Amino acid sequence: MLSVHLILFLVFGAVAVAGAVNLLVQTHPINSALSLIAVMAALAGEYLLLGAEFVAAVQVIVYAGAIMVLFVFVIMLLNAGVEEHTKGSRVAILLGVPGMLAGTLLVAWVDLKYSGTQPVPVGALPGAPRTIGLLLFHEFLLPFEITSILILIAIMGAVVLASKPTAAGGPAKKVHD
Amino acid sequence: MPIWVYIVASIIKSALVLFVLLTAVAYTVWLERKVVGHMQNRWGPTRVGPFGLLQPAADGIKFLFKEDLTPPHVYKPLYIAAPLIAVVFALTSIAVIPFGNSITLFGYAFPLQITDVNIGLLIILGVTSVGVYGVALAGWSSNNKYSLLGGLRASAQMVSYEIALGLSLVGVLILSGSFSLREIVNAQAGHFWGFIPRWNIFVQPVAFFCYLMAAYAETNRIPFDLPEAETELVAGYHTEYSAMKFAMFFMAEYANMITVACLATLIFLGGWHGPIFGPPILQALLPVFWFCVKIFAFLFLYIWVRGTLPRFRYDQLMAFGWKFLLPLAIANLIATAIAVVW
Repeated sequence: MLSVHLILFLVFGAVAVAGAVNLLVQTHPINSALSLIAVMAALAGEYLLLGAEFVAAVQVIVYAGAIMVLFVFVIMLLNAGVEEHTKGSRVAILLGVPGMLAGTLLVAWVDLKYSGTQPVPVGALPGAPRTIGLLLFHEFLLPFEITSILILIAIMGAVVLASKPTAAGGPAKKVHD
Repeated sequence: MPIWVYIVASIIKSALVLFVLLTAVAYTVWLERKVVGHMQNRWGPTRVGPFGLLQPAADGIKFLFKEDLTPPHVYKPLYIAAPLIAVVFALTSIAVIPFGNSITLFGYAFPLQITDVNIGLLIILGVTSVGVYGVALAGWSSNNKYSLLGGLRASAQMVSYEIALGLSLVGVLILSGSFSLREIVNAQAGHFWGFIPRWNIFVQPVAFFCYLMAAYAETNRIPFDLPEAETELVAGYHTEYSAMKFAMFFMAEYANMITVACLATLIFLGGWHGPIFGPPILQALLPVFWFCVKIFAFLFLYIWVRGTLPRFRYDQLMAFGWKFLLPLAIANLIATAIAVVW
């Protein structure tokens, strides 16, 4: 007897895998980006099934709602066309796809055999917003702050790279107000 | 409650809420035309029905029977999907919005809400942030420079103002300590000094201001309706759409307005709290009435602003969002956090 949870898990898992495969198969970048959004949404569904509703909501808000919007934005802005195939791409597909499948299966088999993964009952993981907040700001405060500094560095780097250097070598002046 | 009662109740509630929402969308359009008309010294719709009240029905019939043109140069799958995405996500977020306390029928208590989840606010934010794809993809798939510019403007604007919108809500969340919309409303019951209602708008006026500004930008309304600025972009992202596909964008815009009004009512205006009096049947209906009155007031404010203010320039819009609204929201958040810890 299949439980509702198992059915939903399989459905979301199938959507995620189908989206990921579609991402690789599609030749137009915007279709690939949209498949990635489907993968993110399916993963959010899996998180919900684990009882991690906060992570699921953040997954949708941050990944599907913000990061992927910027991806799509850039694709639209650059008007990126259809992917071009070179002579090497046929060889890459013929060798790469079986090779990648074999590699993934090997890693999964080794992982399942030796890591001793235990199935987690639904709702056993701390997923409520309050629990996650307490964990982030008490137990994992230092990693959390280090991550935020890393992101700050990345932002500053992006600003420096994006600003057009002037003749004197300083940062670009404001064009208008 | 047995499972079949739950399922039947959910279906009835969903159908009822959807019907009310779609009717409200249609009559918000009528209200807007009427109010803006009077503000501009004209009558607005008057011909179809008394006071033009049947105008939404006439518009709907017209949209249904109009020829549905698909220009030859569009990217068809996304051109068709874009209005669907816009309208589906606009209508979805109503599912977690509570309209009042629960009512008891046949011995079962039914909450006046399609589904009560403990992260209701996050779900609304998530659904509205995904809704931007409808506009962005419509602009791109139309293969038209005006549409593309409109779509780009819309996605940049929505992503920018979402941050200020979210931060303006965090102050309220700190005060109420929950993501559940029902608990946020319940935290606003009672009065200060016996006469001022304990609504968050009086505790967090700066947050309300930030929310209001960000909400106008999120719903692409005047003064921030740059994505469809007629003078520069023809009609923006929906230039190439006609008939029912165009109507879907229209419906999505007004449904988003109603969602934003619902959220403002729940979070800042005390939800369904208001004076309760009279016989039991009146006492049961008054909370829903107050909720609707507050939403109406918020929608009227929307229309009033549209009739009053001109449109910003795009660089002004971005500068306002990033250099003024975002720091203001962060300052409000820090001040609130310090005050709560005190």
